[in-house]
Amino acid sequence: MPRKQQDYDDIPGTFVFDAERSRQGYGINMFCMSLMKDENRKAFRANEAEYLKRFPLTPEQTRAILARDYNRMLELGGNIYFAAKLGATDGHSFQHLAALMTGMTQEAYAAMMLAGGRKVEGNRSRSEKTKTRKTKRG
Amino acid sequence: MARIIAGAATSHVPAIGAAIDNGRTGQPYWKRVFSGFEKSKQWMADARPEVIIGIYNDHASAFSVELVPTFALGCAPEFPPADEGWGPRPVPVVKGHPELAAHIAQSVILDEFDLTVVNKMEVDHGLTVPLNLLFGSPAEWPCPVIPLAVNVVLYPPPTGHRCFMLGRALRKAIRSWPEDLRVLVLGTGGMSHQISGPRAGLINSRFDKAFLDNLSRDPKKLSRIPHLEYMREAGAEGIELVMWLIMRGALDDKVDEVYRFYTVPASNTAVGHIILENRRGK
Repeated sequence: MPRKQQDYDDIPGTFVFDAERSRQGYGINMFCMSLMKDENRKAFRANEAEYLKRFPLTPEQTRAILARDYNRMLELGGNIYFAAKLGATDGHSFQHLAALMTGMTQEAYAAMMLAGGRKVEGNRSRSEKTKTRKTKRG
Repeated sequence: MARIIAGAATSHVPAIGAAIDNGRTGQPYWKRVFSGFEKSKQWMADARPEVIIGIYNDHASAFSVELVPTFALGCAPEFPPADEGWGPRPVPVVKGHPELAAHIAQSVILDEFDLTVVNKMEVDHGLTVPLNLLFGSPAEWPCPVIPLAVNVVLYPPPTGHRCFMLGRALRKAIRSWPEDLRVLVLGTGGMSHQISGPRAGLINSRFDKAFLDNLSRDPKKLSRIPHLEYMREAGAEGIELVMWLIMRGALDDKVDEVYRFYTVPASNTAVGHIILENRRGK
């Protein structure tokens, strides 16, 4: 069954962790939660694919985790507070993950934050984003 | 009779905790953030609250996706700091007030707010960072804190209106406690921020400033903000601001704003802080 469209799906660049995604992503989030224990972190690092078999994950969820494709993990039901535990296991700061999700270098992301963050103008809705892009081009 | 003397609200950014724990508060970046709380510490020392109701959210520390209570009231005698992946924060254990918490649970549930009673819970940066900001780093927290954990991680969190009305119910419960107690209600989280997805890094200072203004003067207007607007305007995680409305609902209609601070950024987040006093003699 395709995902039911929600009013917030119109917010660009955003995967709202709703009840449907929570259901779908239970395995992703429980895997991430397991990384709170050192013995589990060690087992994961020793053989990632094997360790992931302990959790109810679809093949595409497994691929997203192995590829550290955080946006895809969120889209498939992961939640950022849980996913951050995977980033920490990899030894990354949160800002590293944030930059990764935005497709920016960490330096560029940090500079954007220092300059006041990402502007809401042009980022409120998909239609607004398209309009802004067209205006810029035109 | 117990009395709510004031409400305070502040962001609870984890990086603020890390800056404290790793001795980085003197760096210019962090000094900008911490300097905004010097007056608050003085205010807290003068106000001498005897109990704090600490409204915060858990970040996959005490609650995983196995159990997601919308409102969870900490009724235990104490709440140890949670291990959030780097070992527990080196902060004092949060001591609760089980008798008052039990009274609140009984009163508020009969007032039709179906709280989850929690008798064993660890608390994460969501609660301990605000305590640091308001008290510094003492050997023990100066007063008991009753944690009220609100789900803002799984959508949908409770609506702003529901949160505001829970504040009203909390106020009624506190006022019906026979012992004289000076109570501070602390709202945490926010302000605008998004830490997930390609839109991460979103900050909306205009939204935040209007929110602070209305928190003082027209909180009922804030209580009508729909979830979609929080997420669109203040970022997917900016929806945490509904927790501030529980604090505001617990205060009188007319309050005195005694302090406000706002800065961007701390890590990925806009930091906002406000102190609102109930007027005396009520």
